[in-house]
Parts: sequence; structure tokens; C-alpha cells
Amino acid sequence: MLRLAALEWFPIRWNRKPALHLGLVTISRREVVSASLAIALALAVLLSCGAASAATLDQVKDRGHLVCGSNLGLAGFGLQDDHGAWAGLDIDFCRAVAAAIFGDASKARFLPLSSKDRFTALQSGEIDLLARNTTWTLSREAGQGFLFAAITYFDGQGFLVRKKQNLDSALDLAGASICVQQGTTTELNLADFFRANNMKYEPVVFATADEAVRAYEASRCDAYTTDASGLYVEQRKLAEPDAHVVLPEIISKEPLGPVVRQGDDQWFNLVRWVAFALLDAEELGVTSKNVDDKARSEVPDVRRLLGFEGNFGEALGLGSDWAYRIVKLVGNYGEIFDRNLGEGSNLKIKRGINALWSKGGLHYAPPVR
Amino acid sequence: MAGGVAGGEPPFLRAGHAAEGRAPPPPPGLAATLRKNLLGSWGSCLITLTGLALIGLALPPLLRFLVLDAVFIAPDGAACRAPGAGACWAFIAAKLPYLVYGAYPLGERWRVDTTLVLGGVLIVWLLWLDAPWRRAATILFFVAFPLAAFVLLYGAPPLGLVRVETNLWGGIFVSLLVALVGIVVSLPLGILLALGRRSRLPVLSLACTSFIEILRGVPMITVLFMANTMLPLFVPETLAPDRLLRPLIGVALFASAYMAEVVRGGLQAIPAGQIEAAQALGLHMLTIQRRIVLPQALRHVVPGIVNTFIGLFKDTTLVAVVGIFDFLRTIESARLDPAWAGPTISATGYAFAALFYFTFCFGMSRYSLFVEGRLAFGRRS
Repeated sequence: MLRLAALEWFPIRWNRKPALHLGLVTISRREVVSASLAIALALAVLLSCGAASAATLDQVKDRGHLVCGSNLGLAGFGLQDDHGAWAGLDIDFCRAVAAAIFGDASKARFLPLSSKDRFTALQSGEIDLLARNTTWTLSREAGQGFLFAAITYFDGQGFLVRKKQNLDSALDLAGASICVQQGTTTELNLADFFRANNMKYEPVVFATADEAVRAYEASRCDAYTTDASGLYVEQRKLAEPDAHVVLPEIISKEPLGPVVRQGDDQWFNLVRWVAFALLDAEELGVTSKNVDDKARSEVPDVRRLLGFEGNFGEALGLGSDWAYRIVKLVGNYGEIFDRNLGEGSNLKIKRGINALWSKGGLHYAPPVR
Repeated sequence: MAGGVAGGEPPFLRAGHAAEGRAPPPPPGLAATLRKNLLGSWGSCLITLTGLALIGLALPPLLRFLVLDAVFIAPDGAACRAPGAGACWAFIAAKLPYLVYGAYPLGERWRVDTTLVLGGVLIVWLLWLDAPWRRAATILFFVAFPLAAFVLLYGAPPLGLVRVETNLWGGIFVSLLVALVGIVVSLPLGILLALGRRSRLPVLSLACTSFIEILRGVPMITVLFMANTMLPLFVPETLAPDRLLRPLIGVALFASAYMAEVVRGGLQAIPAGQIEAAQALGLHMLTIQRRIVLPQALRHVVPGIVNTFIGLFKDTTLVAVVGIFDFLRTIESARLDPAWAGPTISATGYAFAALFYFTFCFGMSRYSLFVEGRLAFGRRS
């Protein structure tokens, strides 16, 4: 019978029967349709039940690793190196979270996401945390149901010009032609800046960043504009990087930081305080190299941060040595910045507004207390 | 009534030899052929000159960029950034391991090598038409090899092979994997779909037709995006298929739909009389398809099948848009490295990618021509 059933399904048949034969049982076509509909419905219900979310921290601990959404490739923030290992500021932030949770920075896994995919992946729970140079805006928090836990990098739009033009400030750019990528907020910010300062300019618009940079290099425009972090990257691609300079003005606000889903305050707190711990550690002079010596420190702030006084880690759902592990395994914010973006990297980005508040920058973290 | 020839005149018979005709002209020499074909008329002259001018315009700069001015050995991007430097092959050399293996753990890369060598040997065995034991090779390639490849690449802790999650897979080996899975799945599935579409069973035929038409009617990139943005919303994280598996299935199904139409073209060419004759002899319908219809039908459509394979091979680059680090994506990633950043890096990367894809596609195309020649051998007069 089984063989017969197989034959019934075989493409070429010589007599027609309006039914499906399964071995000994014969099912009418209507029954087949209703049965498959019922199965589909049951499956849908079953699957939607499973989507109800548990606490993110528990999920991460159960799974045994943290999943971060990362950039497909952005030098300094998230890029695979020669061995395929991820490196960058956002990447190290994720490793810091993994270090705080597991005491093992390698327990962070990365899911490279395009800018279109990133929020869906976070919404659906495919990733626990989005650390992918994402700008903190009102619509993303109030409109889309996300929370920005902290700011890990103050980015903003700047200008790249040729040194021989002898420009000191973006305010000297009156009447200049400026290469810009089309359809981005960059184009909008550019128009706003020149209108606000009552200056004329000539935008030269290109579809991709590569084309815009090439046009700038071919002297089709006086300046190239994009986010400052990107300017340093593009500058390295020029034939003579040192013949160009990034002007000091930042004309837009692009605060970048890690993003989590709304509705899980414990997880939000944890991610936010990992970011603060990185900054506090730098402010207190705790580095990955001296963190063990600092264990003998008598400074109360250091003792609280590293977990020798109070039990602040427990409130976050972590061990009391959470910040010690972060600094020991990943380093403080200054070390991370230097390694990925600053003097220790190929990009050589200056701290600028990304310095600590005590050194003239904007980074300011509440105390661990 | 027609009467027979009874005696009378004998039928006409030629008495002598026919007069000798002129011998055909000897085959013209190379120079003569060239002159005739390239400079035969004003039109040919013009086309030849235009062609030469185009080659003269395009070839020297290309040669200069790719070979003469190219930088072959350099510790980092500095030499490649020098003014007037051509392609930066040193960059490709430095990044080659990354381009081949992606993020696959360093210590486990021998597993990828083993899989590639195994697959290569089996493919050569299969494609070499005079090789002994080709049936064994077929079974090994279609049954044993996928299993072995899975165990080797993904890992099997009981066998002492550490598990390597697919998010670490990347580079050329992933591109080859996607293409191979597509090819291995699409041919059998395409044949089944084509037979199904021609079936007289309404449900089966409708199902196959709608499958083919829907897949052919939707751009693959949309389906890949759908799979990655919609699927996680409906299916909980634990049940969602692996991120590499999604495009793998997508590519295989798409190729099958195209393959089905190619095969159907071959099936149409088989006269119904052959099938009816076989039925009259009492042959089983399976036997009819297997021994009579398919061998002829497939022979007709070898160029179409290989065409689909080539298209599929190049379509594998689409998986990059869903975050899989295939070969092209690794080049995209490698060219962003600030240590190598420079004006020629992107061009070098893309030139290398073009070379890679051309080599494989041209190889497939030549092999298909060879097979066509072999298959047509028995039909030549």
C-alpha cells in the first residue's frame, strides 16, 4: 500500500481521483484543506506564545553568552580584523557587559546588522543589546520603544579641508563648495549650519560616501563633510592623509550609545552602569594594568567601584566585583578609546569632546554609591 | 494499367567518366583568413579599427594598474598610498586568510581545508567523465559528503571537534558552501518540480506551478530581507533557524524554481509518442521517466542548467545583505581596515573579487561546453 501511495503522488497518472491516499486511509480534498488550516493556526498560536519575553539578564545567563548587534564594518567602532575577530569601541563595550555578567569578555557574540535591520533585531529579541554607532534621538525612544542606556561616543558632523587652504574654523567656509552624501541627515545639518550663520555655500551631492570623498580629493570641492568619526576614517584613505585636516567645529549632535528594549529596567540599569563604570574607572585612574594594585587603595570611590565596600553589584543582578572584572578584562573608557580610535589606533582621533568632564570633555558619569 | 517494361530500350547508363570539376580552393592561410574577416569590407575595417582603438584605450591603463604599477609586497598600506601606485596586491596577500575563512577560529581552520579538499576531489571525480567508480562518487558526494562537511565545519563534540557557530563562518568558503548547497539541491528539486508542474494531478501541478511562479516573481533580495526581519518577529529566538541557514534555504529554493523551468523546457521537447510507446510495452512510469524521458530532456538543456548554476554562483553574493560574511562581504570589511586604507584599496579588492568569480564561472562554462560536446558525440553524422 505504501508503494501505491507513493505512486499516487507521482507526477504522471493515468486515472484521476479527487482524493489523497495515505496508505490505507483515503482523505477527501476538503478534509486536507481544513486539516492543514487547523495545523497552521495551531502552529501560529504556539509560536506567538513562545515570544513572550523573560528577563533579559536571565536569558543571557541561561544562554551562556551575550548577543550584541554590531556594525557590518566601521573602522574604530566595529570591524573584523585580519583573523576575523571583532574590534572597535562598540565591540569593547559589549565585551565589558559580558565581562560584568560572566567574568569572561569572550562571552560576547556579535551579530552584524545593517542600519535597516538593527531595530528589528533588537525588537524581536535576536540581540540583547544594540551597540552599533546608533544616534540617540527622541523618536527612537518615544516612538519606537527603545532606550539608550548611555552615550559612549559624542559624534557630530565636521569638515575635512586641505591644509594649504589655511582655514582655522568652519566659519571661514563662506562661499565654499562642499562635497556631501545625498539623502542623509548630513545634508540637512549642512544646510542648517550655513543658514544659521548667514553664509552661502555650494553643496556638491553624491550618492555614496566613496564618491563624495573621491570628488573632494579631485578638488571638485573645498571641503568634505560627514560625521567626525567618519572624517578621520576617510582621511586615511586619501593619497596624502597629512595634507588634510579636520576643522574643530562640530555642527550637529550625534550622541552614540548602546540601545536596549523598553520594559526591562534591570537590563537597562545593568547596561547603563557598565557604561558609567567605564567612565568612573577612568576618572579614578583605575586601568586594566593597575586594577590589582588599586585593590589596596584607600580612596572610598575606588573601593566602592571595585566592590570592596558596599554591595552595589548585587543591586544590578551581578557579583560585587562587576566593575573590577570590566576594568581587568576590557579596560576603562580611556583605554578603550585609545585602543580603537585614539593614539593607539590607526585613526588617531583626538579625545576632544569625548574627554572626561574633568578634562574639558562631555563624559560625566554618576558615582557608584 | 501500368505495364512492365518488356524488352525494348535498356535503361540509361553513363558510358564514360564525368568531366573532372575544379578542385576546391586550398584552405586559406592564417593571414588570408584574418585579412578576409577583419579587413574584408569597409564595414569590417571600421569595426576592426574601432575594436583596436577600444583595446588600445582600455588595456594599457588596466595593465598598468593591475600589474606594472601594482604593489606586490608591502608590510602595510604606506607603500600603496604612494602617488601613482597601482593595485595593492600586498593588501590581498595580507588579508587572504581572512578572505578565505572569515572569522573561523585559527586553530580549527584545518577543518575547512579538509572539507574543501574532500569536496574538490569528489567534484573532480564526478566531473571527470571517464573516471572509474563514478556511481560511488555520486553516492559519496550527495550523501556522505554533506554529512562529513557538516560534522567537520559545524563540529561534533563527541568526536573531539569543537563546535564552531555559523556566525564565525565567512569568506570564500561560505560563498562556495552556499553555491554548492544551491547546486546540489536545485538540480534534483528542479527536476521534481518540472515533473510536478506537468503532472495531471491538479493539486500537485498547482502546488508546483505556484511555487515556481511565486519564487520567480519575487526578487531574491526581498525574500532574504523578509527572512531576516520578519521571521524573528513571528518565531521565538530559540526556534528561529540559524542565520546562515535562512539564506541557504532561500538560495536553494530560488535556484530550484529557475531550474524547474529549464528542465521543463527539456521535457517539452520529448515527443509524447515515446512515452506512449513505452507504456504500450508495459514499462513502469518511473522507468519511463528515468530511462527514456529525463536522459533526453536533460541532454537538451545542459546549457540552460549550467547557465542557472552560473547565475546561482553569482547570486550567492546577495547573502551579504543579510549580514553573512561571504567572500564579497569580507572584501568590503577588509577594505575598511585603517591600516591599509588608501585610494586603491577598494579597486584592488573588487578586482580580486571579479577575478575570483570569473575564474569559477568561466570554468563552469567551459566544462559545460565539453560535456555538450561529449553528449552530442553520438548524434553527429
